[in-house]
Amino acid sequence: MKTFCSVWLLLSLVELSPAPPASQEPPLACTGAPDPAPPQPETAEDMASTGDLEPTHYPARRAAQVALHYLNTHHGSPFRVFGLQQVHKASAEDVGAGGRKYKLDFSVTDWGSGSAGPALRCSADVLFPRTERHSAPEVQLHCEALHQINSTAQEDDAFYQKYISPDSAVSARDIPDSFGNMSEEMQPFWRLARVAASFIMLRESSENTEFNMAKVASVTQQESREEQLMLEFVVLLHDFPSQEIVQWKLLASWSPDRGVRVLQTEWQPRCPHATKPPN
Amino acid sequence: MILARKFYSSKMKGLLVLTALFVAVFGKKTFEGDQVLRITAKNEAQIFLLKELSEQEHLGLDFWREPVHESLPVDVYVPFHSLQAVRVFLRYNQIQYNVMIMDVQDLLDDEEREMVKYRTIPRSTDDFVYTAYHDLNSIYSFMDMLVAENSNLVSKIVIGQSYENRPLNVLKFSTGANRPGIWFDTGIHSREWVTQASGIWFAKKIVTDYGRDPVLTDILNNYDIFLEIIANPDGFVYTHSNDRMWRKTRKPNPGSSCVGVDPNRNWEIGFGGPGASSNPCSQTYHGPSVHSEPEVKAIVDFVKSHGKLKAFVSIHSYSQMLLYPYGYTRTSAKDQVELHELARKAVSELQSLHNTAYTYGSVITTIYQADGITVDWTYEQGIKYSYTFELRDTGRYGFLLPADQIIPTAEETWLALMAIMEHTKNNPY
Repeated sequence: MKTFCSVWLLLSLVELSPAPPASQEPPLACTGAPDPAPPQPETAEDMASTGDLEPTHYPARRAAQVALHYLNTHHGSPFRVFGLQQVHKASAEDVGAGGRKYKLDFSVTDWGSGSAGPALRCSADVLFPRTERHSAPEVQLHCEALHQINSTAQEDDAFYQKYISPDSAVSARDIPDSFGNMSEEMQPFWRLARVAASFIMLRESSENTEFNMAKVASVTQQESREEQLMLEFVVLLHDFPSQEIVQWKLLASWSPDRGVRVLQTEWQPRCPHATKPPN
Repeated sequence: MILARKFYSSKMKGLLVLTALFVAVFGKKTFEGDQVLRITAKNEAQIFLLKELSEQEHLGLDFWREPVHESLPVDVYVPFHSLQAVRVFLRYNQIQYNVMIMDVQDLLDDEEREMVKYRTIPRSTDDFVYTAYHDLNSIYSFMDMLVAENSNLVSKIVIGQSYENRPLNVLKFSTGANRPGIWFDTGIHSREWVTQASGIWFAKKIVTDYGRDPVLTDILNNYDIFLEIIANPDGFVYTHSNDRMWRKTRKPNPGSSCVGVDPNRNWEIGFGGPGASSNPCSQTYHGPSVHSEPEVKAIVDFVKSHGKLKAFVSIHSYSQMLLYPYGYTRTSAKDQVELHELARKAVSELQSLHNTAYTYGSVITTIYQADGITVDWTYEQGIKYSYTFELRDTGRYGFLLPADQIIPTAEETWLALMAIMEHTKNNPY
């Protein structure tokens, strides 16, 4: 079985195209492999629910989480990652040729500034297309005072200077570890992973998913390219409705000027019977 | 006298050199590099110098044997930062010495290693480290210690065996016979580590507060409390040994290479519906049949045979939610209004401590449709106050909640549990 897993992974590596689990066939070599995010069938009420939504219920929260991923892809950095604090108001309506648009009013906090970070008020339109094959939601977002929050330029630069040097070769696993421990040195890498993972989480989201990053399985610094820090991450994502842990390998670049870019992503199926994924 | 003074003044230079080499010390936490020197003075002049040396407070020296007479050795503890200076001084003045202890820290490390061997096994529940995550054996030992220390109040019941034959232990807190009961379980999903850790804290809290806190004392004088700290021991062991993210039981599934059943989809209520998976590889696999998992069956049997449970709280993480039935249907529970109001009150109590924000509502509207869940079944058994908690956090650390959040989480959750217990006591049915 283990050899089958390795063979399959070798084949999948050759492809290197993004492989959204929501639409991909489970690897044949892993018998009975799970569909990592099986879509929950919608109940009649979900389908009909148009107009105001209860902000503490899951339909509004899932849409807000999508908006959050979008926010992090645009404004996240080694010293800034946002978390959802509260949904204030939400409504939804069906739009034209399939698709449902959510209008949201919510608050986020910056996890980078410690637990007492001020809340930022945001409004967003999140459109979930209803297509046969999964396609990414579309987000329009506006956050008040986004450019007024304390700049992290100094920390960004110091971090950049430290790791852009040619002998820098950061390599670490399990961030955080089983006990939730994360060294201070690793925190900016965790945030970068979270931002990079947000690209994937945003792309893979639907009304039937709710993603968080469960942990960074590994970070390996690659040779810097075009003055960008190059980092290869393996991240574990947790999807709430299915409770699945989904593993993705990704290659991201970052610099204070260009921000985070994700260059390659690869879904790494965990053969269910294997305890650790084949490396 | 004049000779001494002349002699003294040139030797003072040595001391000044010493001082110049000195670097200020601001408290030590480690003794790495510190040494103990045995000095042999050969005449009175050298003894005199050593006495002068002993008065240089900034060096941080500790004379284990003071300089008294040239026939007696002088032992001095020298902190690392002063070593070079002291050695220079001794060489300059041609005072003989040898190193008695090369590195004090090494010595201490050896000693600590010996002590730690005994210290990691707590001798009492007062010794137990509540601010850390523990493994199965430590937690089972904790239970036995708690019972031994409070045998008038606490006993341990074994309600069954897990698939891998581990005992399913329940602590019973009771002050009298034939009482109605209140049930808490933690750790039914093994990766939710803050829940088992909180369960340990709740157990200790109960024995501490009985006889001290009037509300809890009144509750325990009328109700028994049952607490199953590790509801899924096989899964829990697996999270330590193999896969920190393991959720389900560890029972193999015939015909599949995938192991385990979701113990919170295995109950006989809406079993097999769309809010669970029929795929054995799925994290929400409901299992081959209702109550197929021994971990679930044990609780089912206990609840049925007890017959008088009045509140049932199943504790999970993460999300920060307090949920009530149903998960399998959108039809409101008969007692929805009361359950909702009690949830509001419990959450308000919880929030009062550390300002942790919780949402609350029915399972199906607040979190997702889930079929075959514990509290739907207990509710249908007539246990009106059936609740599910999702503890900290909301996704930043998720399952990997840092240990320094265990106690704040347990403390705030306890306030909510007290609200539920108090309401149960004040509204008998």
